[in-house]
Parts: sequence; C-alpha cells; structure tokens
Amino acid sequence: MFKILKYSFYDLARSRWSYIYFLFYLILALVLLFLNNDLSKAVITLMNVIIILVPLIGTIFGVMYYYNSREFTELLLAQPIKRSSIFLGQYLGIALSLSFSLLFGIGIPFVIYGLFNSGAIWDFSLLLLTGVFLTFIFVAIAFTISLNNENKIKGFGYAVLMWLFLAVIYDGIFLMSLVIFEDYPLDKLSLLGTMLNPIDLSRTLILLKLDISALLGYTGAVFKQFFGRQLGLFTSIFVLCLWTVIPVLRILYKARSKDF
Amino acid sequence: MIEVVGLCKQFNRNVVLSDLNLHIAEQGIFAILGPNGSGKTTLIKSILSMVIPDKGSIRVAGMDVKKSSDYRKQIDYLPQIANFPSNLKVKELIRMIKDLRGKTEKDQQLIEQFGLQPYLDAKLGNLSGGTKQKVNILLTFMFDSPILILDEPSTGLDPLALIQLKELILQEKQKGKTILITSHIMSFVEEMTDEIVFLLEGNIHFKGDIQTLKKDTGQSDLEHAIAALLEKNHV
Amino acid sequence: MGTEVCELCPVKSIQQAIAMADRGDTIWVKKGTYQEYNLLVDKPLTIIGEDYPVIDGEDQGEVLRIVADSVTIDGLFIINVGTSYTSDHAAIRVVKSSDFVIRNVVLEKLFFGIFLEKSHNGEIYHNRIIGDAKDEYNSGNGIHLWYSNNILISKNIVQGVRDGIYLEFADSITVTENVSRKNLRYGLHFMFSNNDIYTNNEFENNGAGVAVMFSKHIQMYNNLFRDNWGTASFGLLLKEINDLEIENNVFDNNTIAISVEGANRVNYLNNDFKSNGWAIKVRGACYKNLFKGNRFLHNSFDVSYNSRINDNLFEGNYWSKYSGYDLDRDGIGDVPYRPVKLFSYIVNRTPETIVLLRSLFIDILDFSEKVSPVFTPDELVDRHPLINAL
Repeated sequence: MFKILKYSFYDLARSRWSYIYFLFYLILALVLLFLNNDLSKAVITLMNVIIILVPLIGTIFGVMYYYNSREFTELLLAQPIKRSSIFLGQYLGIALSLSFSLLFGIGIPFVIYGLFNSGAIWDFSLLLLTGVFLTFIFVAIAFTISLNNENKIKGFGYAVLMWLFLAVIYDGIFLMSLVIFEDYPLDKLSLLGTMLNPIDLSRTLILLKLDISALLGYTGAVFKQFFGRQLGLFTSIFVLCLWTVIPVLRILYKARSKDF
Repeated sequence: MIEVVGLCKQFNRNVVLSDLNLHIAEQGIFAILGPNGSGKTTLIKSILSMVIPDKGSIRVAGMDVKKSSDYRKQIDYLPQIANFPSNLKVKELIRMIKDLRGKTEKDQQLIEQFGLQPYLDAKLGNLSGGTKQKVNILLTFMFDSPILILDEPSTGLDPLALIQLKELILQEKQKGKTILITSHIMSFVEEMTDEIVFLLEGNIHFKGDIQTLKKDTGQSDLEHAIAALLEKNHV
Repeated sequence: MGTEVCELCPVKSIQQAIAMADRGDTIWVKKGTYQEYNLLVDKPLTIIGEDYPVIDGEDQGEVLRIVADSVTIDGLFIINVGTSYTSDHAAIRVVKSSDFVIRNVVLEKLFFGIFLEKSHNGEIYHNRIIGDAKDEYNSGNGIHLWYSNNILISKNIVQGVRDGIYLEFADSITVTENVSRKNLRYGLHFMFSNNDIYTNNEFENNGAGVAVMFSKHIQMYNNLFRDNWGTASFGLLLKEINDLEIENNVFDNNTIAISVEGANRVNYLNNDFKSNGWAIKVRGACYKNLFKGNRFLHNSFDVSYNSRINDNLFEGNYWSKYSGYDLDRDGIGDVPYRPVKLFSYIVNRTPETIVLLRSLFIDILDFSEKVSPVFTPDELVDRHPLINAL
C-alpha cells in the first residue's frame, strides 16, 4: 500500500494542478495577511474560503484522479498487489498531496507573519486540522462515487451534486426545518443537524474556537454546553473521523467486488 | 497451470460467461479467439481477478485466485490499452513496476531491443501509441513469470517491432512458459500459436490445435476455419 | 479644630473621636488598623485618613453611616463589610443628608460600597472599589444611589461587585471618567432616573454590560463599552427610554453593542461599532430614532429588527460591509445600503438558526434579499452611506 501511496503522491506532487492549488492558497494567505496584518482576523476570512473550497477541490480532484488513472489502476490490478492496497494507496496519495498543498500554502505565509509568536496559533491549527479532515472526507466520498459510476460524466456530476448538497442545499433544508419547527425546543435538532454535515461541523468548530461562541450560545445552553467542553471537541473530531472512515470502508467494500 | 471450473459472469443482465470450464495444464502458446463480446477479455480478466466471477473457481499454479493476490506473481500481463499516469517518465514507470514486483535485469536488454533509450526521460503522456505499446511490452516481458497473458499484443506496432515481439514470444515459449494470447490478426495467431480456444456466447466451442480445427471445418486457412465455426453455430 | 486618632494618641478610636468632635471639626486618622463598625457620623465633620488607615469592619455589618449634612470622608481604606441577606450593609452609607463628599476612599472585601439613600448635592470622587463577588445573590453594588439627586460621580474605579454603579430614582446625576469593569452583572445600571449625563466612562468586561431602563432625558457621550462578551451580554441595554443622546461612544467587541427595546427619540450620532456580534438589535416598537454618522465596522450583524415596522432613520453612516460605489466622488455612496440582513431577520425569529452563521447558503440568501428585499423592512435603508470611515 505504501508503495502505491508513494507513487500516487509523487505523481500528484508533480502535477501542475497541485502547484496551482498550492499557489492559490499561498497567494490567498499572503494577500489576506498583507491587507490585514491581524492573524486572527485572517483566520476568520480563511475559514470562509476553506469551508467551501477544500471540499470542492477535494471532490473534483478525487473524481478526476480516479477516472484519469483508470488504466493505470488496471495495470496495478494485474500486479501481485492486494486490491485494497491499490485503492487505499491511491486515496491516501491524493488526500495527502492535497493536504500538503493546503498546509504549506497557508502555513508558510502565516509562519512568516509570526504565527508562532501569536495567540492565533491554536485557532490556526484547528483551521488546518479541519481543512485536512475535509480533504480526506471529500476525496473519500469522491472516490466512492467514482467507483460506483463507470460513466465519467455521471460520476463527475454526482460528485459535484454531492458537494453542492453538503455545502449549500443541506443548510437550506436545515434552515427551513429550524424555522418550521420553531415552536419546539430546537437545541438538540440544531446540534444534530450540525453534526450530520462535515462542512457545518467544521464551520461550527472553528467559529466556536474563534470566540463567536457567545453569539451561538445565545440560542441556548445545550449548544454551548456541548461545544464549550472538551467532550464537544472530541465528539466533533470523532464524527469527522467517522465521516472519513465510512466512505473509506465503502471504497474498500466496493473495490473488492468491482470488475475492471 | 490454469484451471477454470464452472465460471459464470454476467454484467447487469448481459450474460458474458456461462459455466465455462478451461483446463490448461501444458506449456505452449494458446490463442483465445472469438467474436466481439464472446467473453475473451472477461475470461482473461477473471484469471487476473480484475473481474470478480459470479460463480465458479479459478486456480492458477495450484492457488485459488480468491484467496490471495500472490498468485499474480506467476503471471505477466499485457493489457489491451496501455494508458499510464501521464506525469510519470518512462524510466520512472519501469523503476516503479520493478519496485512493485521485484528485481530484474532484463529491462536494459528490452530497452535496447525496442529502441526506447531516447524516450526514457519522456513523460508517458507525450508518447505516441506505438511507443506506449512498446513500453507496455517491455513492462510485461521484463519479468520471468511462468505464465504470460497478452491481450492484443500487436496493436499499434510497426513491422520491425512486430517481428521483435514475435521473437520475444517464441523465446519465452522456449523457456517452457504457458502463454495466453488474444488477437484479431489471424496470421499472427496462425504463426504463433500451438492451440486455439474458441469462445462463443460465453462458452468454449472449440479447443485444440490449428490442424484439428482446419480438418474439422474442412477449411484450408485459419480465417475461414473460424468463420466456418461461427456459421455452424449460427445455423 | 482637629482631633488626631492613632494607636498611641489620646484618642484611639474613630468612634471616640466622632463623639468628642464638635460640628465642623476635622478628624485626622493616622496610619494603622482600626477594628470598628457601625460608626455613626451625626454632625457635619471632615474625616481624613493619612496614608490610608485601615478600618476593619470584621464582617460585623455596616462600617460608616452618615446622617448629617456637609460631611467629608477622605482617604480611608475600609475592608470586611459584613454580608447579609436581610440588610444591605455598606462600607459607607449616606442617609437623608446633603452636601457630602466621599473621595479617595478604597473599599475592599465589601458587600455594598457607597450607598446613598435620599441624599442630595454630593460628590463621589476618585474612589477605588475592588470587590471579590462570586455570586449575584450574595453580593452588593459598588456605588448605589436610591432617591438621590444632583450627585457627581467622577474618576472612580469599580470592579468585582454585582453592579458597578447603580442608580434608582436618581435625577440630575453626572457620571464621568469612571472605570467600571469585571462586575458580575452590570457595569452601570440605572432605572427611573432622569436628566443624567454620562461621559468619558469605560465599561469593560461586565457580565451583562450597561443597562438603562425606564428613564428619560439622558446624555451619553464619549463612553467606551468594551468586551462585554457572553451569551446574554450587551454593551448597552436600552429599555423604555425616551429622549436620549448617544454620541461619540465606542462599542468594541460586545455580543450585542446596543440592545434596544421601546426606546423613542434617541439620537445615535458618531458612535463607533466595532467587531460586535450585533451592533444594534432592535426589539419591540422604537419610534423616531436617528442613526447618523456612526461607523459600523466588522460586526457580525449591523442592525437587526424583529418587525417589519421601521420608524427610524439611518443617514450618512459608514458601513464596512458596504459594497457600493461613489462615481461623483463626494464621499457618499451612490447606492443606498440596507443594514438589515435577511439572516438577522431569520435569527430574530428563530434564534437557533444562528448555527448557520457564515454558511454559504446564508450568504446566497442575504445576497438575494439584498437584490430584492422581501422580508426585511423596505424603508430601512441608509440612503447616503459614507465611503470612508474617517
């Protein structure tokens, strides 16, 4: 598996898209810091970008990589390598290379601007952590969708729809249901709704760390109580792990029975 | 070497292989022939576990293919369409396959034989179809496994390379290997193979050497003999 | 005439000194510790502490009670005021007296600090009140006025009590240059108090902020409301207020900078609203309010309304979220600005929806509402938004 991972990673590490992605984050972070020397303010703005873009890029890269490397995958399948190793290796390769683009693209400017001497370092670390989680989650989902769709256009379409659903439509439904059921106690429902969507969960995690918790806490004790504690953080990370592991298990399951 | 028992496979509702039995014990070159959609590639891919059978068992060199991926160490496979990661250079791909399968010295000799030196530093995405096929052949013949599976090996090759390929195949035969070939080019098949496995509608309709086939069908050349096989079954 | 009090003096206690003193006398209390409580000042006197003599009330109850006019207390350090659930023990209580001065006093370990009861024409100047209150139910207020008029409260520092400065039925009060911070409930709390002026005060990090209720004719200038950050906190709460001038104040980093409920004829001029959760949150009917020349900088919500009725005027403010243009370069945006976002309207209706803050869907929603307003008050718009913050 590690050999496959290594080659997928090198393959991507030299792809110009990885560099474009890396440069995009580098420039974004530099511009943000240049315009506004306040590290913690820049973290908030970055969050808005990361929450939407990381899943989108992860989805598109995942789908594209899968379809573009189909023949290569077939070449590997004829080698004495376990199927699970091939797909897991490719998945980790792409997820890691995207994560590195993100980490270095954003990390370097922040370090230059004195991140290590700043109080924002924990918020920043959390931002990167959720960014990496989102990458792993959405690449895994994209792989699952690709594995289930022979047709490239279809696979691509479903993957983008999935992103659109989790990034936008879900929140619309969430909002509607909160408004419709406003006469009932909503703290549990809103907590659940947040937990079920990795994008919402990441956003909430960062917002709470960025001390907007007072705005959220206004809605009721349950939310604040939950996210304000260690338990809340661990539960959130656990849910993010689930969001990663379940699609990966789907990949492994599907890969075992798929014909090439 | 290869034992297929009761192999069934359907894609959606389309039955491709139905209760296929194939036993290849001896050494030599076997051509798997059949019209389009007769299940040639599916059979080969089943042997390689790239296609998962619905029913039946396959054993290669005594090993059940479902149990482990190790049996594929016994097989060198030349896929039909050679499409490689476009960012990799040729020599990196060679190094990588060697890394995955183990050491071999034969690659140098093959590089020379097919005149691939100028392309070693080229990215695979920039190669022509024929050169890609040469790389494909190189990757297959680089190792010395007892079984060779070649899916349309002559595609895109220039005459010189084709001659070299034939020589290579014959050399491997000399070493006492079992070689499976699919091809549409009957002259190639006639020239190279010892025995023919003819697939039709998901099953084997003929298995034997070319002479027997010609005699059975009363035809003087292979192309017509195959055509006769087809006609007989359609009536 | 003067009397000196110290350990080795003929007069060893303040109580004794007061008893001996004549009207208009001065008592000099030398450095030292005096275990005394329930001291009653019943004649015009000046009591001056030298080098902050400590008066230790030993948690027995009230320390100093003034029941005569023209009393001056200066430079005492009073500690250990008794806590009680039945009576409001204070370090210094002034009852039905006038023309008093309380200055340079330090109060620690107190229950109530300075308590004025039906007293007038006094001055509370340059005192330090440092409490260590933990719970609202067993803590008192720093400076507490009840039915007292014409008082100057100036340059005091109050922290760690329940309400920093508390005014009830207190008219014509001037509160200036005080610092009130880290108090459990309100930094400043006043009710039924009219014609008061608040200038140059700092209200920082209080549990709930500053509350102004049931009052009229109030002026608030140059105050700083900062870091009142908590689930139920605000910089300034206005409830049932008429005729208020709020000018040149700074609201920085409060959960809600100004929460307004039933406030009429209020002028908000040239204030800075910086990095607040809500800059202005309007609940209930508010009529004839004017918002002019304010700067709204990076608040999560600038203005939030819970109704579609608007009788308030927004004019010539600076909004950091304004994205219009100024073709004629007169410093005024050519496109009107709508400070109420659809999302803030939704959050008002269903508070739990705040969990969707900064979601892409919300941005799209706000954008579409901005293009064609359906839910937010139609006429709630700043027709002349400023292009530059300065």
